[in-house]
Amino acid sequence: MTVADTHRAILAVWRTEQQRLVAILARMLRDVPLAEELAQEALVAALETWPESGVPDKPAAWLITTARRRALDHIRRNQMLARKHETLARELETEQEIMPGPDANLDDDIGDDILRLIFTACHPLLAREARAALTLRMIGGLTTEEIARAFLTTTPTIQQRIVRAKRTLSDSGLAYETPHGAELEQRLSAVLEVIYLIFNEGYSATSGEDLMRPQLCDEALRLGRILAALAPKEPEAHGLLSLMELHASRFPTRTDANGDPVLLLDQNRARWDRLLINRGLAALQRAQQLGGADGFYTLQAAILAVHARAATAADTDWVQIAALYARLAAFTGSPIIELNRAIAVGMAEGAAAGLAILDAIAAHPALKSYHLLPSVRGDFLAKLERHAEARVEFLRAASLVANERERNFLLKRASSTGA
Amino acid sequence: MRYMYLVKSCQSGMPPARLFEELDKLAQRAIKSGAMIDSGGLLPPQAGSMHVTLQGGKVSVIDMPMAEAKEVVGGYAIFEFKTREEAIASAVEFMNVHNEFGEGWEGTCEMRPMMTNPHAP
Repeated sequence: MTVADTHRAILAVWRTEQQRLVAILARMLRDVPLAEELAQEALVAALETWPESGVPDKPAAWLITTARRRALDHIRRNQMLARKHETLARELETEQEIMPGPDANLDDDIGDDILRLIFTACHPLLAREARAALTLRMIGGLTTEEIARAFLTTTPTIQQRIVRAKRTLSDSGLAYETPHGAELEQRLSAVLEVIYLIFNEGYSATSGEDLMRPQLCDEALRLGRILAALAPKEPEAHGLLSLMELHASRFPTRTDANGDPVLLLDQNRARWDRLLINRGLAALQRAQQLGGADGFYTLQAAILAVHARAATAADTDWVQIAALYARLAAFTGSPIIELNRAIAVGMAEGAAAGLAILDAIAAHPALKSYHLLPSVRGDFLAKLERHAEARVEFLRAASLVANERERNFLLKRASSTGA
Repeated sequence: MRYMYLVKSCQSGMPPARLFEELDKLAQRAIKSGAMIDSGGLLPPQAGSMHVTLQGGKVSVIDMPMAEAKEVVGGYAIFEFKTREEAIASAVEFMNVHNEFGEGWEGTCEMRPMMTNPHAP
């Protein structure tokens, strides 16, 4: 093995083991930033040692043992600092004695540690962007450069965001633990929100040339899979995972050869990713079995699942989709969801029924400059052969839309309507 | 990048129970790290494997020939990794577990990048 090979091997092990390493150290030290620092030190030790000694048989165990030893050293060095640390060091030494071998602890269920780490990184005390950055850094193992590219910002900005977030965590002295009871629900929703934010950040970037952004979707999916595996009794963890898997199943067909978006109903369903669809449907079923059918993410996943189950666009069960949107609208009260319900009702019952729903929300301030309202309205009016009115709506929609491709599409519809 | 691992071996008969236990632990870890997205075991050829072959313009259906010492696929797993190195490291770890608990088990884990191309137009 050349030195370069060894380095590649080390980085591979590092990528997969980093989160476990930090999680274990964070439990020992009750200090996440310090845990991260010592984990990095273990990596440096590997980079120094392995090229000469060769990659050990159990590289992950080696890293963990080394990091533990460093943690112990660190605590000894700072013994005068705090009594808390002394106690910790004693606990730690006892722990070392009980589990002396390098294999020790490798097979322990450290899932709880990682879950604790996720809850800490997504702590409500931190700003949302900071939570996302910290989660990607500590759980996802992305570099600050990668995170900066993903969020279309600069490395120093992300660095600062992370440093500040870590300082907040250190200063607050908050309990490094998995929340329970009523707090759990609130904290879990903060975690789900962060993962969803990361996913959307990648998902809505269809126009960007930046290849990092789709990677954000992959990363969010991975985080979602981790969370669902670590908190298997939480319906919304499965609901969010299902939502992301089902969205991701369509990625291959979302754009055409020119990079233009392809509408859901026009996509080539043969190219949808069956593996991800099956995973998405399975996760949805788990969420529903756990009693979470009416959860925010689970309802959205259920809507995607109706599309995923339809063999062709014409087979789509619009009645069911309309009913799901009604349930979703019931607890979000969002006019955008009502707009989507109107589309589904228009497909299920006809344009007149859809139009009636649109008219009821048309005056909502949130929709004032939202191009989809006149665009959908124009579509309904055209179907009802009220061409003059439809034309006005398409022109209005075109004046509101920022994307040039979409504007041209709407102008074309306006000029062809009722001509 | 998505990878499929095809585990092949000439060994017939049940592997030791301890191996299964250890592989299960490994799988649980891989699931909790978000890397393993699917897996499955295959029954031995005697359970009813068939070869449906196209040759010289003719499709034929025959029982899978039971040659001695022929490697057969015993199972598969699908992983999602950021880098090829991670995929290799994971396959090596998988085989190390076989080495330690397989009581002489020998075989190959064929690691194949899958054609997914999920983000291309």
